[in-house]
Amino acid sequence: MSDITNPTPKKETSMRRRMLAEFWFYFSENKGAVLGLALMVILIFIAVFAPIVAPHDPIQQYRDALLVPPVWEDGGDWRFLLGTDAVGRDMLSRLIYGARFSLFIGVVVVGLALLGGVTVGLIAGYYRGAVDTVIMRMMDVILAFPSLLLALVMVAILGPGLLNAMIAIAIVLQPHFVRLTRAAVLNELNRDYVTSARVAGASPFYLMTRTILPNCLGPVIVQATLSFSNAILDAAALGFLGMGAQAPTPEWGTMLAEAREFISRAWWVVTFPGLAILITVLAINLMGDGLRDALDPKLKRS
Amino acid sequence: MIGFLLKRILLLIPTFIGITIVSFGFVRVLPGDPVLLMAGERGISEERYAALLSEFGYDRPIWQQYLEYLNNLVHGDFGNSLVTKQPVLSEFFTLFPATVELAFCAIILAIFIGIPAGIIAATKRGTFIDQSIMGTALVGYSMPIFWWGLLLIIVFSGTLGWTPVSGRISLLYFFEQKTGFMLIDSLLSGQKGAFGSAVQHLILPTIVLATIPLAVIARQTRSAMLEVLGEDYVRTARAKGLASRRVVGVHALRNAMIPVITVIGLSVGTLLAGAILTETIFSWPGIGKWMIDSISRRDYPVVQSGLLLIAAIIMIVNLLVDITYGLINPRIRHQ
Repeated sequence: MSDITNPTPKKETSMRRRMLAEFWFYFSENKGAVLGLALMVILIFIAVFAPIVAPHDPIQQYRDALLVPPVWEDGGDWRFLLGTDAVGRDMLSRLIYGARFSLFIGVVVVGLALLGGVTVGLIAGYYRGAVDTVIMRMMDVILAFPSLLLALVMVAILGPGLLNAMIAIAIVLQPHFVRLTRAAVLNELNRDYVTSARVAGASPFYLMTRTILPNCLGPVIVQATLSFSNAILDAAALGFLGMGAQAPTPEWGTMLAEAREFISRAWWVVTFPGLAILITVLAINLMGDGLRDALDPKLKRS
Repeated sequence: MIGFLLKRILLLIPTFIGITIVSFGFVRVLPGDPVLLMAGERGISEERYAALLSEFGYDRPIWQQYLEYLNNLVHGDFGNSLVTKQPVLSEFFTLFPATVELAFCAIILAIFIGIPAGIIAATKRGTFIDQSIMGTALVGYSMPIFWWGLLLIIVFSGTLGWTPVSGRISLLYFFEQKTGFMLIDSLLSGQKGAFGSAVQHLILPTIVLATIPLAVIARQTRSAMLEVLGEDYVRTARAKGLASRRVVGVHALRNAMIPVITVIGLSVGTLLAGAILTETIFSWPGIGKWMIDSISRRDYPVVQSGLLLIAAIIMIVNLLVDITYGLINPRIRHQ
């Protein structure tokens, strides 16, 4: 018996490797995607090793160096490469620590939205009927509001702060996952392989998670990258409006909010945090475009 | 067609009820006592608390409160602002034209730049021009618009001194607002320079608000055009010997526009969300800024009804988009 069953896992790994190679082939075709990936790797590195990379403590206030401009400007100081903010904190160090917050926010929000959305979408698509109707109408309601406004009101009621902001953004992003997963499940449900698994006695849970789910993942992954950038943008916007991370947290949106009053005096305190947000979001979106090319078989051929 | 219309409208009813439940529930079901929330940090005496509780009807069962809320809505009573004591509905309609004016200019800008940019990118596929247009579109699409606005202020209002920083028109001009749309009112007033001032105030907010829709429209136009350009009827038109401009401009464009129109319609939600940030940055007195101010002042009746009104408007616009879509594309109608 063992002679017969043994080759199967081996075959599976080689097939996986082939799929991965094919994926990488299409992904690397897209130069932008590779650039996005490179940027992302750098950002992750900076975020993980922030305490080593950053020259200063992000909340240390140097009282003798308020609003010092970047090095290349008149009056710049080599201690503070990108200058300091209004209370003498090093901009570069704050930006580096900010990468931690943004990536952390992105991962947690997408994780929550993905887990909730895929689960609910699987249930709606698999059971259909009344369950489906109720769930989808609820999602319609969430989608009827502008997402930022809904998140804003939720945070206003739950209380401003990073955790509540993340929960609120996850809630407003989650309907997209529900819709996608449900549509994919409906598409797969009547395929022969699902029927045969059901006839073979697979439980609904097994069918949903093991049989159907892996075949719906492509669009969900693409949506996840889209949501990742949305999560970072929305969290920064909430921070900017005073509803997200609170000072002195070096979150980029919060930094922008603090910098607003110095807009005419110190361009660097306004420019750099936003540039950091833009670069991060751009990197993710570049990768997202590459992922879509690599995972969507319909576009592949064109 | 009438059946299609009726079905669309019927489908909206559960969503609308859901929206009223959400806007009702936000203030009442979530943790926190609404009366204490309204009192804010100052606190409140016991008697006043009890009086307010019964005045707002919070001592009654929740479903009764909800029905009463619905009843009020049907009669056009959206509550009064806690701060200004004015009816929320009349405040909304006073401020709404400012947002409509801004959003309208933004979507026009986005359409008139986005669609040609997308067409050019599609016809020059793979060239440097295509890559530059799409690269720029992706940057626009990734833009934190609140920062973009600040950046434009630094350059155009600060360094160059070309445009004002905030508001809808210079304080030098004062006239009756007949329509609520500053561009029209300033023309009607006949005052010299008023229209110019209104335009100057409008430019930066329009650019900021248009950025994301513009990028989305350009990307969508390009991919729709690419899809259509590969179709048989386009090849036939070319084989017939029609000029390339006519093939692209007439045969391809008309069919490519369907998804683009959908995207334009759906960007109304994006515009209203973007208006929150844009109006805050430029102190533009529209509903976005009104909502933000009300949230920070804890003016809950305004937040509640504002949320409801904005969602209702988006719903109606989406319905109109659906209907337009059905008119253009008979296949949708008969599904």
